[in-house]
Amino acid sequence: MFKWLDPYAKPQRLYALCGTWQQVLMPLAWFTLLIGVVWGLGFTPADYQQGDSYRIIHIHVPAAIWSMGAYSSMAIAAFIALVWQIKVAQWAIGAIAPIGACFTLIALFTGSFWGKPMWGTWWEWDARLTSELILLFLYVGVIALQNAFADRETGDKAASLLAIVGVVNLPIIHFSVEWWNTLHQGASITKFAKPSIDPSMLWPLLICITGFALLLAALTCLRLRTAILLHEQHRPWVRDLVKESSDA
Amino acid sequence: MSIAAVFMATFRRDLRLLARQKSDWLNPLLFFLVVLSLFPLGIGAKPNLLREIAPGIIWIAALLSVLLGAERLFKQDYRDGVLEQLVSARLPLPAYVLAKMAASWCASGLPLIIVSPLLALLLGLSQPAFFAVVATLLLGTPLLTLLSALGAALTLSADKGGILLALVILPFYIPLLIFASAAVEQAAFGLPYGAQLAIIAAMLCLALALVPFAVFKALKLNVG
Repeated sequence: MFKWLDPYAKPQRLYALCGTWQQVLMPLAWFTLLIGVVWGLGFTPADYQQGDSYRIIHIHVPAAIWSMGAYSSMAIAAFIALVWQIKVAQWAIGAIAPIGACFTLIALFTGSFWGKPMWGTWWEWDARLTSELILLFLYVGVIALQNAFADRETGDKAASLLAIVGVVNLPIIHFSVEWWNTLHQGASITKFAKPSIDPSMLWPLLICITGFALLLAALTCLRLRTAILLHEQHRPWVRDLVKESSDA
Repeated sequence: MSIAAVFMATFRRDLRLLARQKSDWLNPLLFFLVVLSLFPLGIGAKPNLLREIAPGIIWIAALLSVLLGAERLFKQDYRDGVLEQLVSARLPLPAYVLAKMAASWCASGLPLIIVSPLLALLLGLSQPAFFAVVATLLLGTPLLTLLSALGAALTLSADKGGILLALVILPFYIPLLIFASAAVEQAAFGLPYGAQLAIIAAMLCLALALVPFAVFKALKLNVG
């Protein structure tokens, strides 16, 4: 497997590969999202308890799932960067972090809009909400650290180290927050007892989750391509590429 | 040089520096006291309310003061080239890191414990709550020092210092803040708080085992 993977550690090959994937993934992601969102928002039956407002689940849940998925993929990239000293893996961290932060923000905002009519409050210091907020802080830390150095290389390495430290700490933070909440007080507004979700609602949700995953992958390819060009701007192959596109 | 020799040499040198540059340990301590006295001024001198929020504000003030005290931890050695020499001499750098952190704890953690009786008076803590404050500070400030040293090492050659360090490292303080203030709160109600102390001790052991190596790695990539 490593023999097969090895050539793709070379920026030029990876640039081309990401280009191909992006061309496939991007339309596929928008198509899947379009189907999922239109089906979910327009054609599923209303919930017997929550009426129409539950429909935001089709945005909220996929964003929340992939905000965590993006963090784990970032940590894997950081691990590869530190252990095998592969430069493109370092650049991948910078490519994924802002996407993950955006997903986290989307999850927080949609959750807030969902919470207002259902729980009667925009924000509740519930364990899950707090964990998601802290995840946003971790993303912000990684992005800020990466951009803080005059030397781009140092910033990339520092960010990959921080991403690893974050992933070691994430379970500790998560469980302490959960315990903190039960220590202080029970949630005064209990979450609705969740009925096992009806298939007519489940399918659009699953499609939306797939759509968000595809979008994450496609955006990562796009951003990684830009990062490769930025880091390799003095290499001949990038110059040739620029010349070609300006000639055409 | 052996690990112990590097540790002792660095530790002694840093203590001597602290004895000569008194502002290094005086400033975090004064910062701690000033922040603590801001809370009654902002909230109003309501003894009951103060007693209720005392665990939280003591710990928030403590972690901010340790954080600010640790910011300059490696700066001087980085600027005058000591760090570069250490890396290129292939000395056991984790021993140097541990000694730095031990000296930094003496400068910013230990003074907080020494002035803690004063806190009990300022915020009207009961006796059990006061003992809990001392116990959590004893176990918690070394952990604070370890984590802020990691932040200081990561941001060593960055253009922006203080705020960046706080932004990067404050989320990692959250578990300690939760358990330490929970312990003090339990103690104020006369309940046992051994479990919280045990968890803080466990986090300290974990950090003590892992953080020096992360700091070592961070220092190396900053020196280049």
